[in-house]
Amino acid sequence: MTSLAQPDRQVRAPDGPAGPGAAAAPPGPGARRIRRRIRRTVPPIALLAALLVLWQVIVSARHISPLVLPGPTLIIRSTWDDRANIWPAIGVTTEEVVLGMALAIVVAVVTAVAIDSFRTVRGSLYPLIVASQTVPIIALAPLVLIWWGFGLTPKVVLVALFSFFPISVGLVQGLASADPDATDLLRTMRAGRLQLLFRVRFPSALPQFFTGLKISVTYAYSAAIVAEFVGAPQGLGVYMTTAAHAAPYRTDLVLGAVVVIAILTIAMFLLVGLIERLAMPWRPRR
Amino acid sequence: MTLARTHLELVGVTKRFAGNDGDVEALAGVDLVAADGEFVSLIGPSGCGKSTLFTIVAGLEDATSGRVLIDGTEMRDRLGATAYMPQHDALLEWRRVIDNVGLSLQLQGVGRREARRRAVPLLERFGLGEFTRAWPWQLSGGMRQRVAFLRTVIADRPLLLLDEPFGALDGITRADLQQWLSQVWAEVGSTVLLVTHDITEAVFLSDRIYVMGPRPGRIVSVLDVDLPRPRSAALREDARFVAVEQRLRRDLHSAMLSWGEFSTPGPDGRQSGA
Repeated sequence: MTSLAQPDRQVRAPDGPAGPGAAAAPPGPGARRIRRRIRRTVPPIALLAALLVLWQVIVSARHISPLVLPGPTLIIRSTWDDRANIWPAIGVTTEEVVLGMALAIVVAVVTAVAIDSFRTVRGSLYPLIVASQTVPIIALAPLVLIWWGFGLTPKVVLVALFSFFPISVGLVQGLASADPDATDLLRTMRAGRLQLLFRVRFPSALPQFFTGLKISVTYAYSAAIVAEFVGAPQGLGVYMTTAAHAAPYRTDLVLGAVVVIAILTIAMFLLVGLIERLAMPWRPRR
Repeated sequence: MTLARTHLELVGVTKRFAGNDGDVEALAGVDLVAADGEFVSLIGPSGCGKSTLFTIVAGLEDATSGRVLIDGTEMRDRLGATAYMPQHDALLEWRRVIDNVGLSLQLQGVGRREARRRAVPLLERFGLGEFTRAWPWQLSGGMRQRVAFLRTVIADRPLLLLDEPFGALDGITRADLQQWLSQVWAEVGSTVLLVTHDITEAVFLSDRIYVMGPRPGRIVSVLDVDLPRPRSAALREDARFVAVEQRLRRDLHSAMLSWGEFSTPGPDGRQSGA
């Protein structure tokens, strides 16, 4: 990770004419950060564990049928036993998510740069993009299927449709947030448009870009699964519908797939956070 | 290092902006000369058009009329002809100190390694050697301004434009940095045009001071500062220094009086004067 945490790189206030402004406090030692992270993560995990225990106790004590509501232990055991089926499904859906996000990022970057660079595009396209959010994207799933069939493409398109808006809006606002003083400064250095874009505007936009990316990554699996519900040969959505239509129906596996999707979404979110930190090593770590 | 010097001359520079109630005249016929290697300051109240004048000299904006001569020739495209230091340090947070200093070199096509090689001696020479690898957020306000100034110097332009470089700093840091700037300038020897609203700063640093009055912005007086160099902090106590300060303060005061800034409200509650 960044070098800032290492004591040898820490900066101290100079004895020279920097005066009482003083350099910002260096980040604390690693141990303190780990302790802070533990303090942050333990309470929600403890609460979750307590809720799961409560669920298990209620299901056992009231003899609720596993067809209606299986307990957490049954869900975990059944899902694990069925791992030979769920692994490939995870692979298929994750591929759709990654490709869909990649498509959304590419289209969002192109759109945001065009909006940022040309006033006519900003005036015409940007309002349409914002207004497009009134369209229920889920309702487009059957249409996407009609146009692109049952393969990978309609899923990728639907994930991209869901992800595009937060990423592009974040980028547009991020590009616009570039310091006008810095822009003027680079102009006096004879920087061209591309140099301004790559040296000032893109780096300025990164924090908001990643905020948008984090929002869209939480939608991405849901979008892929909805697309699979409508029609697909395999994937987590197909896995869920198959389990729901089995005889007897497998509520435990449906809920198991829900848990897997939640875990995958959290993993994707954390991955984006990690990429964010790697992409912006200059940011102080909290 | 010694930079090339240049001669700057402004002749009748005016600037008008389109406003809601017709054109607003921001600058009315500004004449100004900064000879080779001179340190010249522009001082005036806020909103008197100092910064507008600066953006014109830097080439960021065009004058409505008048001429900007650099070494005797009128330059239409002045971008890149001067090294400009904006009011806020405008350090790029995603570049280490060394890469902020080397920014202009990289924009000219110099590779990063070479830009760094040239930035290091400058940082070491002027007290920032320890901080070459630091990120801007790790620096104090005063250090950030010094980095911004070295970024201006490394561009190797014969004319430096400094727009209120120390305006956002506390008094003690500012006095230290004025001393520091004076030393650096003595070494690099370029022509400097400084915008400030700090009387002591203008007197301490300048060979000549132009006093601007507001609305429209114009030169109301010119003071030559015949104080010996190098100047140390002790000079601020000197009677000659204080005398120049007093004269400058009087000129500024009358510039603002003529505009009505200090007049009392009239019976209708509006400012009288001007």
